[in-house]
Amino acid sequence: MLTLVGEDRPGIVARVATTLTEGGCNLGEASMIRLGGNFTIMLMISGERSGPDLERLLAPVAAELHLRVHVDPASGGLHRHLVPNIQVRVIGADRAGIVAAVTTALAQTGFNILELESDVAGDAERPVYIMNIQGCSEQTVESLRDAVAGLHAQGIAVDIAPVETLIG
Amino acid sequence: MGIREILRVPDERLKQVSTPVARFDAALQLAIAELEETRLAGPAAVGIAAPQVGWFERVVIVDVSTKKGASNHGHLILINPEIDHWEGYEIGREGCLSVPDYTGNVIRATRIRLTAQDPRGEPLAFDLEGYEARAVQHEIDHLDGLLFIDRVVSRRTDLFRRKVYAAQAASSGAGVMQPGVSQGQGRDRS
Repeated sequence: MLTLVGEDRPGIVARVATTLTEGGCNLGEASMIRLGGNFTIMLMISGERSGPDLERLLAPVAAELHLRVHVDPASGGLHRHLVPNIQVRVIGADRAGIVAAVTTALAQTGFNILELESDVAGDAERPVYIMNIQGCSEQTVESLRDAVAGLHAQGIAVDIAPVETLIG
Repeated sequence: MGIREILRVPDERLKQVSTPVARFDAALQLAIAELEETRLAGPAAVGIAAPQVGWFERVVIVDVSTKKGASNHGHLILINPEIDHWEGYEIGREGCLSVPDYTGNVIRATRIRLTAQDPRGEPLAFDLEGYEARAVQHEIDHLDGLLFIDRVVSRRTDLFRRKVYAAQAASSGAGVMQPGVSQGQGRDRS
């Protein structure tokens, strides 16, 4: 699993992907997103290269683009998707502890988070924290709502809805 | 009768535009039966379109009656379906028999008005909403050579801002959009 972080600029993915491809690596699933002006990407790489070898391959482009590189051996593989059945939307005045409060309440029900995205909207005076989670749960929507009901008193609106994936 | 092979991406034939059905004969009935048999043989699909089995005529089957709580008109066999009115829009997660092991978020109209013909050629008209409307839009896309992966949107950039915009549109009396190829990403805000 390759992780790259640095200041965002156009063309990073193209440069990195080209370097990896020319170095004999195969790219699998990837997730790139800009967080607070930072470029971030995590991607699955397969091939013959060891972790240190991969770091050496990327060193020139990383230095040029001011990217920090991190490589972890990972045992995962392709075609291991889980399909989420629950969506959780969270909106609250921005303050410390929202993520911890919501995810702890969910974790206590056995909820498995597959995707989590959060953002701060509003403006500097009145920031609003917005978080969107998709995941798997064997609990009913009603019992999940009960599990997060206490958060409303803390000013955190949590909307829990089923995700019905349509196969057509 | 027999189960037909499902075409899978990146098969170029899935991008083909299908032709209207002109003959409502015994061959059509047999092909519909095979299409339905193929739908039921796979993983819990609520719909199937003829081009998915390499039959390039405008025929789809939709049945969302097995989905708990979804408003529905039962088992629908739609020949030459046409959507003539779209209203509202929402994001939902879709997958496809022709795109194994992938699901993504797609914007569809919440309510549609549909005309079609039944297997004998008799006219049909429906007002559909929600999950059933989504399924019909997904299947009719196949007839026009489109897959849901041609319409996938990012939740991060679309979901919340879109909801705000939808509320504004509703309060100003506007709220009708016609999702098409040109605005399939729903980015038009004019």
